[in-house]
Amino acid sequence: MDFIALAISAVKIVGLVFLVIMPMVAYAVWAERRVSALIQDRVGPNRVGFQGLLQPVADGLKFILKEDFTPKNVRTGYYWLAPALTMVPALLTCAVLPFGSQLFGEPMVIANLNAGPLFIFAIASLSVYGIVLAGWASNSKYPFLGGVRSTSQMISYEISLGLSIIPVLMILGDLNLGRMVQDQSVNGWLMLPLWGDRFSLKGLLLLVPVVISFVVFTVSMFAETNRLPFDLPECETELVAGYHTEYSSMKFALFFLGEYAAMIIGSGLAVTLFFGGWSLPFGWLSWDGKADIPWWQGLIHMATFFGKVVVFILFFIWVRWSLPRFRFDQLMRLGWVFFFEIAVINIILTAGIMMLVK
Amino acid sequence: MLFYLFAAIALAGGLGVVAFRNPVTSAFSLVASFLGLAALFIHLNAFLVGVLQVLVYAGAIMVLFLFIIMLLDIKSDEGPKITKLMGLGAGLLAMVFVGMLWRVTVSLKSAPLETLYPEVRSDAHEIGRLLFGEYFFPVQVVGILLLVAPIGVVVLSRRAVR
Repeated sequence: MDFIALAISAVKIVGLVFLVIMPMVAYAVWAERRVSALIQDRVGPNRVGFQGLLQPVADGLKFILKEDFTPKNVRTGYYWLAPALTMVPALLTCAVLPFGSQLFGEPMVIANLNAGPLFIFAIASLSVYGIVLAGWASNSKYPFLGGVRSTSQMISYEISLGLSIIPVLMILGDLNLGRMVQDQSVNGWLMLPLWGDRFSLKGLLLLVPVVISFVVFTVSMFAETNRLPFDLPECETELVAGYHTEYSSMKFALFFLGEYAAMIIGSGLAVTLFFGGWSLPFGWLSWDGKADIPWWQGLIHMATFFGKVVVFILFFIWVRWSLPRFRFDQLMRLGWVFFFEIAVINIILTAGIMMLVK
Repeated sequence: MLFYLFAAIALAGGLGVVAFRNPVTSAFSLVASFLGLAALFIHLNAFLVGVLQVLVYAGAIMVLFLFIIMLLDIKSDEGPKITKLMGLGAGLLAMVFVGMLWRVTVSLKSAPLETLYPEVRSDAHEIGRLLFGEYFFPVQVVGILLLVAPIGVVVLSRRAVR
């Protein structure tokens, strides 16, 4: 019995990480290049395979075959550890994301924790070690500056990121991501309260704090994943390439992939918290977690989840190629002076609405 | 099984903190120790405590420690010479502490959380209920006390107004 449960978990881990997240990372890079080309009126990579669809394979081969060069003055142990430390937390966080409802009576989440969002923040807060170490172990000026910038940026935005989801937790009254999605599936998404219990005065009023917390959450997520307009740690006009300047071949690729994996998980969390995870809008094929559902419905739910995540990633890319980069002091001021306060006021606003409106 | 694995990680990390001379390695050992400890908490069904251990200690406080170590570029230091008297004092202190821990451990009931407190839904709910119900006043006092500290720092480090 125990063995079967372990085997199912192993299948879920391998299936999710290697068959879904990794290809998604590879194709997110391809999408980034194609969409940026579209935005800048270029063609982009379209030679390898139909429309350049085999480009990620070619890139991967190239990364593996390139010379793995270790500069002479680096602190070797930490230099080797750093790329792994950026990749591992990004992949660990996907353990608690409910990427589907149920398939053959098996819940589609690897670990059904009672502290889901907190677990993601805890593990994500470890990913800063990879960048700090890379900057420090490279033993060179620009990577070090990149590492220092990244540390202060990630610690600052972690606060507004954590505070921004408190209104969501208050409204849903649960810390289990799976149950949060089931609730939204039956009672209406937080960002689209047009059916079920949430289609009421209270639900529509709560839309105000939810939208505020969504904006704060998304912007903080951009900062946490070091994406433009907040990619100061690897800002190429000032720091060459920031913390991964001294890295080559697959070690560089790991930083690159770690960033995209973190982006996918972040999108997954945003979808789960604000857009009802795997659930379809208007209560179609909703599931309250009680009776088993047929397998085709489970597949539709999974497809819905990944479809929403893809939309979110395209949004990430779109923002990257539309907005210019911030200056570092502007970035820190934005985090500490605006988002921190907005998130705190938003909590009070939510509590007020929940208390006063029946 | 898992308990021994994570206990070993926590202990090895703790040992590493004192054994290594390089401050960065020491800091990382401490992080490893915290992670092992967090895993032990989760093993005891205390999800919130375990997660907070990682979030606050490993994710925030140790990053700041590391930040300071790297910024000041502290070289591995030799430390003061340990005299016989110091060793004796430390040994005595450690023995008192171990004795205290032993007494506490044997006086505890040992059973799974669900059987001891069947009414508890999850530890997050229970901690919230206690903090904002029974211990509401002490929590507020501690909060104000902590607020005084940053205000003090701001006042002391502020440049003089011209």
